[in-house]
Amino acid sequence: MPLSSTVAANAGAPRRVRPLARRLQRGDQIAHLITLIFAATIFIVTALLFYELYTGALLTRQKFGWSFLSGTTWDPVALEFGALPFIYGTLVTSALALIIGVPLGVGAAIFLAELAPLGVSDGLAFIIELLAAVPSVIYGLLAIFTLVPFLRDYVAPLLQSTLGFLPLFQGQSYGVSLLAGGSILAIMVLPFIISISREVLLAVPREQREASLALGATQWETTWNVVVPYAKAGIIGSIFLALARALGETMAVTMVIGNDPRINLSVFAPGYSIAAAIANEFSEATGDMHISALIELGFVLFCITIAVNAVARLLILTTTRKSGAT
Amino acid sequence: MKINVGRVNFYYGKQQALYDVSTRIRQQAVTALIGPSGCGKSTFLRSLNRMNDLIPGARLEGKVELDGEDIYSDEMDVIHLRRRVGMIFQRSNPFPMSVYDNVAYGVRVNKLARKRLEVDEIVEKTLRAAALWEEVKDRLHRSAMSLSGGQQQRLCIARALAVEPEVLLMDEPASALDPISTAKIEELIYNLKQSYTIVVVTHNMQQAARISDETGFFLNGRLVEFNETKRIFTAPAVRETEDYITGRFG
Ligand SMILES: Nc1ncnc2c1ncn2[C@@H]1O[C@H](COP(=O)(O)OP(=O)(O)O)[C@@H](O)[C@H]1O
Ligand SMILES: [Mg+2]
Repeated sequence: MPLSSTVAANAGAPRRVRPLARRLQRGDQIAHLITLIFAATIFIVTALLFYELYTGALLTRQKFGWSFLSGTTWDPVALEFGALPFIYGTLVTSALALIIGVPLGVGAAIFLAELAPLGVSDGLAFIIELLAAVPSVIYGLLAIFTLVPFLRDYVAPLLQSTLGFLPLFQGQSYGVSLLAGGSILAIMVLPFIISISREVLLAVPREQREASLALGATQWETTWNVVVPYAKAGIIGSIFLALARALGETMAVTMVIGNDPRINLSVFAPGYSIAAAIANEFSEATGDMHISALIELGFVLFCITIAVNAVARLLILTTTRKSGAT
Repeated sequence: MKINVGRVNFYYGKQQALYDVSTRIRQQAVTALIGPSGCGKSTFLRSLNRMNDLIPGARLEGKVELDGEDIYSDEMDVIHLRRRVGMIFQRSNPFPMSVYDNVAYGVRVNKLARKRLEVDEIVEKTLRAAALWEEVKDRLHRSAMSLSGGQQQRLCIARALAVEPEVLLMDEPASALDPISTAKIEELIYNLKQSYTIVVVTHNMQQAARISDETGFFLNGRLVEFNETKRIFTAPAVRETEDYITGRFG
């Protein structure tokens, strides 16, 4: 803020330059106003989005009401629209992404922050951040050519022979499936979890580690009992960012989820996600009803994302409140 | 003699921080270390419980013996050493947990007590020893972060006492505190020397004179003078010591 520092520097200057200082103060007010407008646009865009989605979905809202959320048939020809299979697919793939991604990501972050030599840690962190910038189409291709066959030929048989008694792991595996969608999402959210968690772990004050070590705790006890709890809020934050990303991810999921609007308990079965449905059907949607249904799908996704964010805020607030860390 | 330091040279990478330091630390006494900023007091203190091991590139030559045992030998169990030689830091650093859990932390990781009642007992005993019990007994399960600065520092002392150390190293334990809290800490140090060997770094000359039995004066990485506190403050043998304690430099 060069502006305010100039003002501060001039504050003690002789009377003669006062007008300049005052003019600069006016500049401060203008800067204040401009940034306020910028900040307000964020709010306005969000509100506008909400409003547009809400009104755009008027037709289906009137026709189906709440049953839009619980309906399981999606038939654009018969004008029958129920969103549950898409909601289900979105939630299941995102949950799978977290189940696979969180232990891997947090574990990798702990390794990078606490155990790896600094050079290795920084080098790997750089590569991981590059991964976050890879377009999702590329991840989709990776999933089609390597992940899907791998899941079909190795993972699915293994899961079926060990945990096959659960409905979750029953049935024929074709490759394209909820599991494939969840797995590729896990890979895509890993960079977020790893790089943010690593940063917050590294930011834990040295005094905290030293206090623990000086009490005769081992390195590992220190990491586990002091460093990770201290960084908990930040780690949770990274997980929710990953979840928000997973909920909205479109391209890669569309390519491997199978795009089948039916609810299947088995993760080996194909499914459909909200984002994938919108992307696939919007360009071909002709009737007003169909378009309205897709917009309402978008509205539902928007609400889910907002709810997830609210829960994240609350969780972080309560965990920091309890431990007293700021 | 509790600790014996023989010709210690200490390096942070290429930069040397301690030159040929030799001294002995008396048991059940308070040894004060004084000297201008950057002269190596903290470095010396932290080499007594191998806290410097954590700094990449740090290296020590020479010998540090605790009860006649070389603490830098390969057989030394560093974890056990740090339990025997506790440390209080300049900035109080309680964990963001409850008061109780802070004190119980060392007890738990060192498995000194398993039963809840035993841990309770240790927590109460050490909080009393740190002159904090009366102030916190009604809020043992509240966050340690809600305590005042002086209370936090006494909590850190209690936390260190809970693992039954033999030596306590204190690095400017009162430098961030107000006069009343400082007085409490000083009184505490005075009382603790009945049972512990205490080494305390301070930049406050009056404090060193008040609480310590022996004083070492560091300058530019060298231990310039080491003697009974009385001698140091009344008849220092070295010119630099006199200049420092009379405030002519540093
Ligand atoms: N972690 C470190 N890495 C490199 N140099 C250090 C480190 N800690 C201290 N030093 C250097 O060692 C010298 C002694 O520092 P220190 O022991 O902290 O002095 P004091 O506690 O007496 O103020 C200083 O020159 C300081 O810059
Ligand atoms: Mg120091």
